[in-house]
Amino acid sequence: MGDLFWILISAMVVNNFTLALFLGLCPFMGVSQRVATALRMGGANIFVLVLTSLAAWFLNRFILPGAPYLRLISFIVVVASLVQIVEMTVKKLSPKLFRELGIFLPLMTTNCAILGLAIFQTNRGYGLVQGLFFAVGAGLGLTLALVLMASIREQTELSAVPALARGMGLVLILAGTLSLAFMGFAGLFSS
Amino acid sequence: MRATTAQQDLLRGIWRENPVLVQLLGLCPALAVTNTVANGIAMGLASFFVLVCSSILVSLLRHHIPAEVRITAYILIIATFVTLVDMLLAAIVPDIHTALGAFIALIVVNCMILGRQESFAAKRPVHRAALDAIGTGTGFMIAMILLSGVREVLGNGTFLGFPLFGPNFEPWIVMILPPGGFFTLGVLMLTLAWWTQRGVRRPQPRQWPHQVVSRDAATAAGGD
Repeated sequence: MGDLFWILISAMVVNNFTLALFLGLCPFMGVSQRVATALRMGGANIFVLVLTSLAAWFLNRFILPGAPYLRLISFIVVVASLVQIVEMTVKKLSPKLFRELGIFLPLMTTNCAILGLAIFQTNRGYGLVQGLFFAVGAGLGLTLALVLMASIREQTELSAVPALARGMGLVLILAGTLSLAFMGFAGLFSS
Repeated sequence: MRATTAQQDLLRGIWRENPVLVQLLGLCPALAVTNTVANGIAMGLASFFVLVCSSILVSLLRHHIPAEVRITAYILIIATFVTLVDMLLAAIVPDIHTALGAFIALIVVNCMILGRQESFAAKRPVHRAALDAIGTGTGFMIAMILLSGVREVLGNGTFLGFPLFGPNFEPWIVMILPPGGFFTLGVLMLTLAWWTQRGVRRPQPRQWPHQVVSRDAATAAGGD
């Protein structure tokens, strides 16, 4: 049980997908203007990550031992189909959220965090339960990074930022500072 | 889409529409593996290969791929070439393959590559698609070398492994750690913004109507 807890914490803060591994930067840059939207994007991400983890475990367990060279191709097909399903569900259940997330919902297919999770899970040989904890941790980490970034950006909109720095340059520097802060968690695993 | 010449197709991606520095595509690999120049160049070459091969194949198949499943088809084509590169690197340069780790496989989800298929290769003849891919791939390579150069020189005091400074140099360790990636790209973007806006930022003199009219004279005199 302690093992599972550390998998979750490690994926969430120590090896935060966005701030330490640079996965999922597109939504991190693109959907981080408003805290509310960032939270929902995080939620959608957690959902897709958990589904992906299940699907990757299933593929690894039952199908891929016969054809390991198809791993990447089958993963990406599964991720693309999952995102398609989530997109249709969100469109049906909450058209408002669908509009807010915009292009970043279908772009989740090419969100490195999702495919990255499947690959890391395979490389580390996680089982079903470990994989699920890993997925939830990674999703919470993404959400945390998104919400922190959105909060900072809401503040910078009201500050006197030089015209030159408005835009991605400033966002990247802020991300660097956040990443620096998250490096502090690395000490958690020294024992 | 406006018509472009072959030369424009080739040159556009290298600087003016540089995938990383201007369009902010493919940031994940650009930040994740640029802690040393060798890794940066390896990732640049791998992405270059995948981009050129997929663009050529997508362009060849452009009349046969149904519009409804085109994105899936592009991703499958890209994934095939990435699997190929993954195996090639593992066979030829195992060290670099280990250093890049999962990020080789993650070339599949590099938005830069999918973006070129959707917006260019799928609509153009093969030679144009190849030229565009070569240009964009080179642009990506330039960005990778810029980023990894800055990070390795400052963070480790070396370039491609050769020490640049004397033994008294204290490396800025943070530059080869994750925050350094964000900082380097951020500073690069600020520099680029300053460079592109350097003429515009000067306060413009107020223009009265008679001065607006006299602009014709200025244009005739060669100024604009």
